[in-house]
Amino acid sequence: MLPRLIKRQAPSRAMVYLTPVLALLLTLISSIFLFWIMGVSPLAALHAFFIEPISSLYGITELAVKATPLILIGVALSLGFRAGVWNIGAEGQLILGGIFGGATALFFYEKTGFYIIPLILIMGVLGGMLWSGIVAFLKTRFNANEILTSLMLSYVAGLLLNLMVHGPLRDPDGMNFPESRLFSDSAILPILYEGTRLHLGAMIALLAVGIGWIILSRTLLGYQIKVMGDAPAAGEYAGFSQSKIIWITLLISGGVAGLAGAIEVSGPIGQLLPTISPGYGFTAIIVAYIGRLHPLGVLFAALLLALTYLGGETAQMKLSLPVAVTGVFQGLLLFFLLASDVLIQYRIRFGKQVVMT
Amino acid sequence: MTQSSPYLLELTGMCKAFPGVIAADEVDLKIRAGEVHALLGENGAGKSTLVKMIYGILEPDDGEIRFNGKVVTIKSPAHARELGIAMVFQHFSLFDSLTVVENISLGMDSGSDLKALAAQITDVSQRYGLPLDPHRHVYTLSVGERQRIEIIRCLLQNPKLLIMDEPTSVLTPQEVQKLFVTLKRLSQEGLAILYISHKLDEIKALCHDATILRLGKKIATVSVENETTASLAAMMMGEELKAFTHADKVNNGAVRLEARNLNVKATDPLGISLKKINLEVHAGEVVGIAGVAGNGQDELLTALNGENISQIADSILIAAMPVGKLGPNQRRKLGLASVPEKRLGHGAMPDMSLVENAFLTAYERLGFIKNGLINFRKTKAYAKNVIDDYAVKTPSSDVPAMSLSGGNLQKFIIGRELKQNPGILIVSQPTWGVDAGAAQTIREAIRAMAANGAAVLVISQDLDELMEITDRIGAICGGELSKFYPVDNITIEKIGLLMAGVTDAEDMDKKSAA
Repeated sequence: MLPRLIKRQAPSRAMVYLTPVLALLLTLISSIFLFWIMGVSPLAALHAFFIEPISSLYGITELAVKATPLILIGVALSLGFRAGVWNIGAEGQLILGGIFGGATALFFYEKTGFYIIPLILIMGVLGGMLWSGIVAFLKTRFNANEILTSLMLSYVAGLLLNLMVHGPLRDPDGMNFPESRLFSDSAILPILYEGTRLHLGAMIALLAVGIGWIILSRTLLGYQIKVMGDAPAAGEYAGFSQSKIIWITLLISGGVAGLAGAIEVSGPIGQLLPTISPGYGFTAIIVAYIGRLHPLGVLFAALLLALTYLGGETAQMKLSLPVAVTGVFQGLLLFFLLASDVLIQYRIRFGKQVVMT
Repeated sequence: MTQSSPYLLELTGMCKAFPGVIAADEVDLKIRAGEVHALLGENGAGKSTLVKMIYGILEPDDGEIRFNGKVVTIKSPAHARELGIAMVFQHFSLFDSLTVVENISLGMDSGSDLKALAAQITDVSQRYGLPLDPHRHVYTLSVGERQRIEIIRCLLQNPKLLIMDEPTSVLTPQEVQKLFVTLKRLSQEGLAILYISHKLDEIKALCHDATILRLGKKIATVSVENETTASLAAMMMGEELKAFTHADKVNNGAVRLEARNLNVKATDPLGISLKKINLEVHAGEVVGIAGVAGNGQDELLTALNGENISQIADSILIAAMPVGKLGPNQRRKLGLASVPEKRLGHGAMPDMSLVENAFLTAYERLGFIKNGLINFRKTKAYAKNVIDDYAVKTPSSDVPAMSLSGGNLQKFIIGRELKQNPGILIVSQPTWGVDAGAAQTIREAIRAMAANGAAVLVISQDLDELMEITDRIGAICGGELSKFYPVDNITIEKIGLLMAGVTDAEDMDKKSAA
């Protein structure tokens, strides 16, 4: 007899926390198969992927560097996802933040001053908000699906960045390479630990976890977000405005993604390039879900997904595996998470139904 | 009746357990051909579980089903239909945008020719007095007509047993009378009918035998003619309910809630627009609005409580102040509280805890926010207060709303609103699907609100309920309100006419006054 799914009386709280672990296990098992098929020793591959990147202090700070944008965007997306607002265009909002922040840095290229970095970050936030604001406007005004508009705007943003680094923001002394100048020292985020790339952005990300947590658990806004996500009609009944929540959550997630973009260009990258993100904005969606849309969960999930970036690089160098392994790994993780989330509402029963006597 | 005729359906020792509750415990049931057999019990007594086992939706844990003398295991509804068992559900499964014949064709187990089917439908509908045009679109039909589709869909299969799950809960009294004529004719032709209800008058009028269930156990099978409604009620409830006493009327206080020529356009193409609603509710009185479901009740509630804001400020007045353009929160601050018909998803958030649900409408009036942060201790204390005062059965205040039974959740929602001491209360379907004990609590609480000087508006499909607790009564039909009449000089029949949209009840009024 095939196993059957039996609906639970109430959703299982334990499973909410267990399914990410289960998904990780299933991902590991399938990646072992994958490595085996590709003719690589699975043990060596897993070691290169998960152990080696974090076996040195430098590796751990690199993990934090990669996790920073994931934490920031993951926390912000969680707010929107809780409200049922599906902004999947954080990648584009990040790029816009990078353009705005980067342009600010270049504008003050010859100046020095403590005000430059805050200004870069603020401009980054505004850039991200501008991009997600378009989505909010289309959604509230024309009821356009935010999944489509935000995703499509991501591609527009990528092309816009290309246009900028090929055109107005190109380094005048750069021999026509599509890159901007390297930012001046006043436009580079301070390093927290000498000899590494760990920068101020990591602190900002931790702060975002705290703020996100307080918003969700203790404020009226967080409450309204949860009500809108669970039962929009109940929100209307209480007098909460749905379009207000759409605007707020989109502006928050866009603004924070833009902040992450500004942090990236003025932190680890230090200039504008045709590509400034290895898909952080998309990976942050997986981060938000693995983290159960809870800021603290997002923190851990972001560290895990950051590790897949580092692991992918190590595997590429040591075992000459293609870099696409990172994407496959992330995809598998989300796939298994969504599949095993069925266990929150259902339990599995094997064999025939037992007849009570 | 003689014992010689063999039983069509015989159930012995039926058992079914769900996690945490035994829904059927050694239940026996016997039905003869041509008999109308009542299955009687409160909500949660196990009626639905039992018929779902007969219709093959649920697999029994134990017990034997004999149909036509043979032991059968009913595997699925399709199998049940093959055997000759048909069922009309309480909630219809019809596609609004398709025609009658298209809907019926979709429900057939085998494909069929639409033209031939339409002829068959006309034939059956004429034979049993169920007038229905096969080519009408379902969204143009009344609830009573929609039910006919379901009945005809069953009859087309030539069943031997017809199961009807609370068929009258959505009908006007006149429609009920028509349905009964049809059912009686069917039973005379030899069809056995299992009639599920908790309305005792109907059972007296229609049924031969009745099997009474309470908490999953069979209490008795009785011949209906030997019983009174009171004795049936006693068996159903296990105790005599104390009769409701009409509270002393506080006579017309000031007008607290008023609607003047209120028009609301439906946003949904299949929704109902409200037309020229005029309404006055005074302090200290309970006003009732009867009506068949889907005639604008929801629209009226959301227009009055501010979910649907009007363009004209003085189309709605609270204590003579124009509030038409104000949102729900501002109207709530002026003392208005409302309880929508749909509990999960409108009155309460299914996945959120009772504490969070208590916060939903009370946070402003009761000050649950301090320095920008939610004061959960205060909110929790309030939730517990509601749970205690309204005897809400729940393991704690931290469980999600969806884990409560319908009746308990309704007590919680009503308690949440009433404990804020509103000056105006609007309640839609206060006791729909609520067991008799809880319904009594809720009705008393509503009456007590009015006695304390609040203006109360009750929108309900349950006429008995309206007759019991209101002072003035009217009806809504197709988005239009009828005139209102003092409850003491109006009959159920006359309300039935108002519900059906008859406007010249004036004449009858004059006659009864004369």
